[in-house]
Amino acid sequence: MQLAEHAERMKHRPAARALLLQPEVGALIGALIVIAFFSMVAPTIRHVGSVSTVLYQSSTLGIMAVGVALLMIGGEFDLSAGVAVITSALTASMFAYQLGTNVWVGVIIALLVSLGIGAFNGVMLVRTGLPSFLVTLGTFLMLQGANLAITRLVTGNVATNDISNMAGFDSARAIFASTFTIGGADASVSIVWWLALVAIGTWVLLRATAGNWIFAVGGNAASARAVGVPVTRTKIGLFMGVGLCAWIAGMHQLFAYTTVQSGGGVGLELEYIVAAVVGGCLLTGGYGSVVGAAIGALIFGVVSQGVVYAGWNPDWFKFFLGAMLLLATLVNAFVRAQAYRRRAA
Amino acid sequence: MTNQRNGSVVIQLADVSKYYGNIRALSGINLTVRRGEVTCVLGDNGAGKSTLIKIISGIHPHDGGVMRLHGKDVRFASPRKALDAGIATVYQDLALIPLMSVWRNFFLGSELTTGMAPLRRLDIARMRRATDDELKKMAIDLPDIDAPVGRLSGGERQVVAIARAIFFGAQVLILDEPTAALGIKQSGVVLKYIAAARDAGLSVIFISHNPHHAYLVGDHFAVLNLGRMELDARRDEMSIDDLIQHMAGGAELKSLEHEMRRSGSVL
Repeated sequence: MQLAEHAERMKHRPAARALLLQPEVGALIGALIVIAFFSMVAPTIRHVGSVSTVLYQSSTLGIMAVGVALLMIGGEFDLSAGVAVITSALTASMFAYQLGTNVWVGVIIALLVSLGIGAFNGVMLVRTGLPSFLVTLGTFLMLQGANLAITRLVTGNVATNDISNMAGFDSARAIFASTFTIGGADASVSIVWWLALVAIGTWVLLRATAGNWIFAVGGNAASARAVGVPVTRTKIGLFMGVGLCAWIAGMHQLFAYTTVQSGGGVGLELEYIVAAVVGGCLLTGGYGSVVGAAIGALIFGVVSQGVVYAGWNPDWFKFFLGAMLLLATLVNAFVRAQAYRRRAA
Repeated sequence: MTNQRNGSVVIQLADVSKYYGNIRALSGINLTVRRGEVTCVLGDNGAGKSTLIKIISGIHPHDGGVMRLHGKDVRFASPRKALDAGIATVYQDLALIPLMSVWRNFFLGSELTTGMAPLRRLDIARMRRATDDELKKMAIDLPDIDAPVGRLSGGERQVVAIARAIFFGAQVLILDEPTAALGIKQSGVVLKYIAAARDAGLSVIFISHNPHHAYLVGDHFAVLNLGRMELDARRDEMSIDDLIQHMAGGAELKSLEHEMRRSGSVL
C-alpha cells in the first residue's frame, strides 16, 4: 500500500515536460533540421563515406567539447583550450625529437604538460578570484606566444620536424590516429575516442558524486560550499579535464599529420564553446549536458561538410554556424522557459 | 542520555559578548535554549541577531562569557564543527541550488553512493526514496522530487531546507528569518513546519523581526536591542502586545509616537 503510494508520487511527472527538461532537446531538433536540409540540397552527404567524414569532423571538435561542456556546467570558461591542443602536440613532438626518445615518452610528457596547464588555470582562478574569462584569456595569449616562440627556438622553424620514423610512432599512431573499416567505409579512431569520452563524461555528470558537485558549483558556488561541496577541488578538476581532452585531441593531430604547425588552434576555443552552448549548456553554468555538446559538435560536422557537398563556397560555413548558434540558443531558452515555468499554485 | 526530555536545557549562553574591533556587537547575553521548544530571537536591524546566531552556528566564536552545549563548555571553530555537534543553520539564501532537482539538493555534499571505486556511483534510487520519505514524514507535499528547486515556491524551499537539516541529524535548528521574504500563506506553511520540528523534539532557534510570526510558534522570546538583551521571557509571562512593545524599543516608540503626532499637526 505504502509502496504503491510511493510509486504513484514518484511517477507523477508529465512525460512531455520531463523530455523538455533535458538540456539537449534544442540541439537534437537543430541537428535533425540541419541533417534534413543538407540531405536535400547535398544528397552526397547520405553516402556512407560522407557520413564517416562528417563524423570525423565532428569528433575533432567533439573531443574538446566534452571537457569544455563539463567546465561550462561547472560555471567557468576556458579560452586557452584551442591553443592548448597545439601546445600538447608540440610538446610531445619536440620532446621526443630533440631528445631522441621513444615518442611515447613525449606523449606522456605532453599529458603532464596538458594537465599542468589545466591545473594552472584552475589554481589561478580559485586563488585570485578573477573571472575565468580573464584568467584563461591570459593563458590563451601566453600559450599562443609560447607555441610560436619555443617552436622557433627549438626547430628554427614554424612547424615541428617529421617524427614518423621514430621509435614508438607506429604504436602511438595506432592508438591516436588509425583508421578502421566499418560498413564499407574508412573511419578514424578519433570517432571512438569521441564517443568514449561522451559516455564517460555523461556517466560522471549524471551518475557520479563529482557530477553532483559540478552542477552545484556552476549553479551557486557559495551555496555548494555551505553544504560541504569541495568547490576548489571541483573547479581545478574541471580545468584539468579540459587539459586531458586537449591532450587526446593534440595527440590525434600529431599522429595524423606527423608534424605540427605552431600557429594553429587560435579561434577553435570559441567553436568548442559554441558546440557546448548549442548543446544546451547555460553560459552562466549549472545546467547542460555532455550529450548535448556532442550533438552540437555533430551539427558543426554536418554543416562544414554539407556546405562542401552542396558545392557552395566554404565561406558560407561560418555564416551557417553563426545562424545555428543564435537559433539553437533561442530554442533552448524558449524550451527552458516552458519547462521551468513555475506551477500555478 | 539523561537530557533527552522535552524542556531540558540544550544550549546555555552566560554573559556572552562579541566585539568587532572596538565595536560592541553583543554584551552580557544570557540565553537558554531547551529541547522541544521554539526560542524566538527578535530585534530590529543591527540589534545583534545575526551576531548571536553566528556565535551559536560557529561562524564567529564569542569573545567573552561561556556557551554550553548539554552542560559542556563549547567554542566552535567552524560551521562544520557546529554541524557535527548537531547544530544546523538554515540561512535565508538556504544553500539550495535552483537548477538542481529536489533530491539532488537534499543530499548535496553528503551524497549516498554504491559500488567500488572507480565505478563508485550515486545511489540514486536510495536518495530519491529517502528524500521522498523524509518530506512525507514532515507531511510536505511536493508533486515531484525530480523537479528543479527553482520551480518550488519560497515556502516550499524553506521547508525542504528544514527537512534536510533534520534528516542529517540536527538537534538544534537555527532558522534565520525564514518568513522574511514570504507572503502570508507561505509564512503559515513554514511556521507549521517549525512547529513540526519542535514536536519532533528539536530545539528551534527562530530569528525574526516579525513579532506576530514569532508569537504564533514561540515558547520563549528573547528581544535584542543594540547588542543587549532587552527582554527574556516565556510565553505565559507576556502577551503579543508586550512583545510588540519591546521589539519597537518601548520608550523609543513612545517618543516616536509623540513626534509623529506633532509633525502631523504641522501639516
